[in-house]
Amino acid sequence: MSDIFLIFIGAAFVNNFVLVRFLGLCPFMGVSTQYKSALGMSFATAFVLTMSSIASYLVNEYLLVPLELEYLKTLSFILVIAVTVQVTEMILHKSSPLLYQVLGLFLPLITTNCAVLGVALLNVQKQNSLIESAFFGFGAAFGFGMVLVLFSAIRERLEMANVPESFRGLPIALMTAGIMSLAFMGFSGMTQA
Amino acid sequence: MSAVATQWAMALAGMVGLATVFGLLILWVSKRFKVEGNPIVEQINAILPQTQCGQCNFPGCKPYAEAIAKGEAPINQCPPGGQEGIKKLAELLDVEVLELNPENGTEEEDQVVEIVEADCIGCTKCIQVCPVDAIVGAAKLMHTVILDECTGCDLCIPACPVDCIIKIPAPMPAQLQRNPKPALLQTIEEARSW
Repeated sequence: MSDIFLIFIGAAFVNNFVLVRFLGLCPFMGVSTQYKSALGMSFATAFVLTMSSIASYLVNEYLLVPLELEYLKTLSFILVIAVTVQVTEMILHKSSPLLYQVLGLFLPLITTNCAVLGVALLNVQKQNSLIESAFFGFGAAFGFGMVLVLFSAIRERLEMANVPESFRGLPIALMTAGIMSLAFMGFSGMTQA
Repeated sequence: MSAVATQWAMALAGMVGLATVFGLLILWVSKRFKVEGNPIVEQINAILPQTQCGQCNFPGCKPYAEAIAKGEAPINQCPPGGQEGIKKLAELLDVEVLELNPENGTEEEDQVVEIVEADCIGCTKCIQVCPVDAIVGAAKLMHTVILDECTGCDLCIPACPVDCIIKIPAPMPAQLQRNPKPALLQTIEEARSW
């Protein structure tokens, strides 16, 4: 039990996917201009990341390893992620139109979120079990979502701040991200990997 | 068969198998979770102004959108949408732009209603007819209009027994809602002007 908790904390804080591993930077910069959309993106990512890490574990364990096709894992995982996103979108559209309206725009974007592929590949590298993979994925998504929401809140405030003209917009956002990343270095070494 | 050829065959079979399974999965999901409803109705409904005023002789914007989609109604029956709305509908449906049908009403500038609160007797009749629930109040207590919510459909005016509802030009909050605030204010000057 404590192992799983440590995996979750490790993925969410210590080795935060955005600020420590520098994965998934495009949605981090792209969707963080508004608090609301950041929240939507976080939930969509959390859902897809957890599902896709389970699905890629299954594909790896029951297809790639028995057939000795481990060298094709990147290709297969991209396929798995794309399918997970597509299926999630269709099921959501039918079962919960309201949630679909909130997440709808962001769901297709997640396909190209490199953090999702990163989680799947790291799960294989770490030889995580099914439960561990699921929690690793969920922890990564939690860390991603938390950082995205925090960052979007900062950016909303930055819009109103008196920033020197040459730093306005993306430059100040990148600097803020850098400072946040520095802050997250405080967690480093708290758990293994 | 040589070892390399076996490996090739395995890789090919594995990937094709995986892709086929996923393809079938998506096919099944898309059948199982098929969304009913005509997307064109949603698109038409998005153009209509959502005043729910009924001036088009339909009970609301959605029924009118459905009628347009079925080809049962012409596109020129929506006075609140005005000529601008007709133009957008014509573009969407690739039909000719029509003049607004005068039988349905005339295009007016943005207006909302206000209750002259001194005259209101608290009969709740206007609350019952308001299609967007923009009037608050209780029996024998003064009512008032939530200007942000009012669409200017005027349905409450004939319902009022003491004629205390008047039309006023849409004030700032209502206009704000109609031309939504930009997602981001680029400069401080822009932010201050809002």
